[in-house]
Amino acid sequence: MALLKADVLIIGGGATGTGLARDLSLRGIQCVLVEKDDINAGASGRNHGLLHSGARYVSSDQEAAKECREEGELIKKLAPHCVDNTGGLFVAVEGDNENYAADFPQLCDECGIPATSLDIRDAREMEPELSEKTIAACMVEDASIDPFMLSLENMAHAQNLGSTYIRHMKVAGFKISGNRIQSVNLRNTLNRKETTVEADQVVNAAGVWSGEIAALADIKIDMVYSKGTLLITQNRITQRVVNRLRKASDADILVPGGTVSIIGTTSTHIDNPDDIYPTVREVDYIIEEGGAMLPVLRKTRYIRAYSGVRPLVRLKASGDDRDVSRGYTLIDHTENGLENFITITGGKLTTYRLMAEKTADTVCRHLGVSAPCKTRTEPFPRSEHGKWTEPGFAPREWMRKNDPTDILLCECEMVSESAVDDIIASLAHQKKRPDLCSIGLRSRVGKGPCQGTFCSLRIAAHMYDQGYLEADQGTPSLREFLRKRWRGQRPLLWDTHLVQAELQEAMHCGFLGLELESSEKGG
Amino acid sequence: MSRPTINCDLFVIGSGMAGMAAALFAAGRGINTVQAGMSSELAYASGLLDLMAVHPVRESRIWDDPWAGIDALIRDIPDHPYAHIEKADIRQALDEFMAFLNSAGLPYKADTDHNSRVITSVGTVKPTYCVPGSIWNVVRALQEKQPCLLVDFRGLKGFSARQIKEMLRENWPSLQTARFSFPSHAPELYTEHMARELEKPEICEKLAEKIFPYVEDARVVGLPAVLGITRTEEVVSNMEKFLNVPVFEIPTMPPSVPGMRLKRIFETGLPKLGVKPLLQQKVRYVKSSKSTGDLIFEVGPSDSRTTVCAKGVILASGRFFGKGLYSDRNSVYETIFNLPVHQPDTRSLWHRKDLFDTRGHLISRAGLETDEFLRPIDKSGRPAYNTLFAAGSVLAHQDWMRMKCGAGLAIATASHAVNSFLKIKSSLS
Ligand SMILES: Cc1cc2nc3c(=O)[nH]c(=O)nc-3n(C[C@H](O)[C@H](O)[C@H](O)COP(=O)(O)OP(=O)(O)OC[C@H]3O[C@@H](n4cnc5c(N)ncnc54)[C@H](O)[C@@H]3O)c2cc1C
Ligand SMILES: Cc1cc2nc3c(=O)[nH]c(=O)nc-3n(C[C@H](O)[C@H](O)[C@H](O)COP(=O)(O)OP(=O)(O)OC[C@H]3O[C@@H](n4cnc5c(N)ncnc54)[C@H](O)[C@@H]3O)c2cc1C
Repeated sequence: MALLKADVLIIGGGATGTGLARDLSLRGIQCVLVEKDDINAGASGRNHGLLHSGARYVSSDQEAAKECREEGELIKKLAPHCVDNTGGLFVAVEGDNENYAADFPQLCDECGIPATSLDIRDAREMEPELSEKTIAACMVEDASIDPFMLSLENMAHAQNLGSTYIRHMKVAGFKISGNRIQSVNLRNTLNRKETTVEADQVVNAAGVWSGEIAALADIKIDMVYSKGTLLITQNRITQRVVNRLRKASDADILVPGGTVSIIGTTSTHIDNPDDIYPTVREVDYIIEEGGAMLPVLRKTRYIRAYSGVRPLVRLKASGDDRDVSRGYTLIDHTENGLENFITITGGKLTTYRLMAEKTADTVCRHLGVSAPCKTRTEPFPRSEHGKWTEPGFAPREWMRKNDPTDILLCECEMVSESAVDDIIASLAHQKKRPDLCSIGLRSRVGKGPCQGTFCSLRIAAHMYDQGYLEADQGTPSLREFLRKRWRGQRPLLWDTHLVQAELQEAMHCGFLGLELESSEKGG
Repeated sequence: MSRPTINCDLFVIGSGMAGMAAALFAAGRGINTVQAGMSSELAYASGLLDLMAVHPVRESRIWDDPWAGIDALIRDIPDHPYAHIEKADIRQALDEFMAFLNSAGLPYKADTDHNSRVITSVGTVKPTYCVPGSIWNVVRALQEKQPCLLVDFRGLKGFSARQIKEMLRENWPSLQTARFSFPSHAPELYTEHMARELEKPEICEKLAEKIFPYVEDARVVGLPAVLGITRTEEVVSNMEKFLNVPVFEIPTMPPSVPGMRLKRIFETGLPKLGVKPLLQQKVRYVKSSKSTGDLIFEVGPSDSRTTVCAKGVILASGRFFGKGLYSDRNSVYETIFNLPVHQPDTRSLWHRKDLFDTRGHLISRAGLETDEFLRPIDKSGRPAYNTLFAAGSVLAHQDWMRMKCGAGLAIATASHAVNSFLKIKSSLS
């Protein structure tokens, strides 16, 4: 059994965990971050990508609203390449509560959140897809953020400063002696090999799974799981973020991102945060609801659906979901008798930096380190790691290089052989065997109209050529990649998408027999 | 504006595997036939003709004997279209189909009582029934694990000889690989272009010269399926002459040259047999004549429309890809006659959560239900029209993609539909 040592072990590679790794590294503390899957496998990779101006929370939670305002401003300043500073609108339509709309600018003002009331005609000129039934509109400073680039950049910076990232490694147990976690047991999720880490401090940043992690130390955190589903449109519908000007509810935000828009979300209480997928009913409901604000949503094409689970912590022992904190929760488990264990969960993507800062402060106190937080002022260096996730980057690069031998493996998103090689090299740099899913995560591969039908096969062939796949590894890798994409396609399969799905099934099953168990053994 | 009217005995709607087979069988029985169709799955298809290989799909049970597989299938799924057809008739249809391909210069081979195993471009082994002559040599080579050289090309994406070798490492250890630049070198290669190039003897020879030194002790050479489109037999035999060993092709991902060969053979061969083609033209059903019972259609764009008046019709319009079926958010429809479509109750049931769920997706079994003559039935369960027959993938209760019965189903139902038409027509007159 291999043994690793670290000052700080961070559990979870979402926005919070990777943000914490960067914060600590900037203070000169080296960390090991372990992630059971890969960067942003949890809520950080399955959210709306809205960098909140805070306006959404002005009537429900003024503290959260102010936090969002401050943090949003900081991220726009320090990580501009991860943000599309679109601006946002709040709009009410016929039937919405008019008092809510009327009070809104005043509430924003109280939280110091800039908000300007607009003439309806001006609003519809700015965003022509707004409903004819719009009755009120207000302009705010919402933006959209690329959570993948953000987390990849956070981790890359931390790694450059000496920290370590280990993916496909799941925390399976703690060895506790007295009031300390002596060591942490890790299990590789691919080959099930076990490893042990000895760390001075252990931070649980496992999002919705934080309760599970705490339970390994016999500590109870009362988590509430709230599932949200989102739809990605084939084209960008609006220039700005559009929020429904009403009490927060379902399908009332549309966030633009590159060439697409994302509409959502729903909010359903679930018992188990694993194995979640968007359903046909949720999809149909979102389309109908969203259509009230932007009627085009009832006609437009969608390319993918996905679901995430919000990590919420129940504050009081009541059965009501509304008594859960939408702010973050930081627990120093010294209060439970473990003095080197900390949990950080809840919160939002927008406030990840603040959560990381507060957690790092606690870690430093435990370690007796007095270095101050730098993430409030230090801009993100622009690393190479996140660049291929940006829509439009791969085609631009390909055009710029103008090398006809650099053929396109993914024709929809124009990801070329050299782009794939670059991503593979960055993975190899981390001593990791690349697979299709990890390439998909770090690029736009499989995100275009063919949904991976063709590019998955081409990339697998290329990886064999380069020696990154051997024996029959290709089939499970292909199946895994296609399965992951399928989750998001399944509820959207009607009309042209059903045609595409049929072609995929004809190729992958009808012709290639990838569904047959024996195909994994090549015979 | 002139509106020509064509009167015919049989109108075949569809130019995919099923429509082509129906037109072939009809012409062979001397029926005056018109065929319409737009783009089909043919140019995408692997060129392999599956008959029946997997049942029950849930257990992924693979049948070596397709005929025994069909028996088991019919027993368990009595509504499967194969259940309407005598096995002898299926055999007869396949024989007739192969005989046509043979005479047209695109020979196919089959081991009549067994499925044959061929390899695919991702290195999986596929059980299938009729195999293009240009692919056939792989069956024995794989069975005997013959020393073999696999060839691929710089710039042909999605085809890696090394992948196939690695995938088959245990099954076929004596595989070697070699990569070449294609003689008329372009940075990116397309299968159709390569196939046309290789029909030029000098290009074929140039390529063979490059490959030859690598053959060494290999007793057979495998290449991606690019050995010609119109003169495959000739290209294969030239290549074998130069290399001095048998060669075989490996079917590639679409666009697939063996599929294009089939398409071409039918498009050139059927008119010679007397089929009147109205290809690349969309068909709209108009009405059924009260006096004659004929079915009347409008075919083609509004500025040059043809009226077709037919005694009988074979609907081989395919599924969603072929556009015989259409779906919106709520339901699946048949596009030409608006026939009732057998389908799951709600969209939630169309697809399984897991893409590769071995039970297959329920939407794949949606389609037209018929009587034993393959006449689609209306809501009351009676034939919707006296002389309307359906063939191919538009039929319900089959999942050709999982059962591996695509071409067999198309061919067998096409033949049965033609025979049924003759039977019903004679009973009318
Ligand atoms: C539908 C939806 C929409 C949202 N929209 C927005 C929005 O628009 N704006 C916004 O600001 N916020 C939004 N949020 C909230 C935001 O996404 C989350 O608060 C945030 O991403 C949480 O990040 P995290 O790193 O704490 O948790 P996560 O991202 O969930 O990370 C936890 C990680 O821990 C890993 N892990 C779990 N167990 C183990 C283990 N045993 N061993 C190792 N690793 C483990 C997981 O794989 C996961 O990667 C949204 C959330 C949802 C669900
Ligand atoms: C990727 C792929 C791989 C395959 N691999 C195999 C394999 O390995 N083995 C195998 O046996 N088979 C394979 N197949 C082929 C499969 O057997 C056949 O494609 C399938 O049986 C469907 O044939 P079809 O003729 O019923 O339908 P289609 O091929 O869909 O043809 C339908 C026809 O109807 C026409 N049509 C529809 N509506 C109208 C209208 N209103 N007016 C005019 N024309 C109309 C269409 O234009 C088209 O010509 C593969 C297919 C694909 C796509």
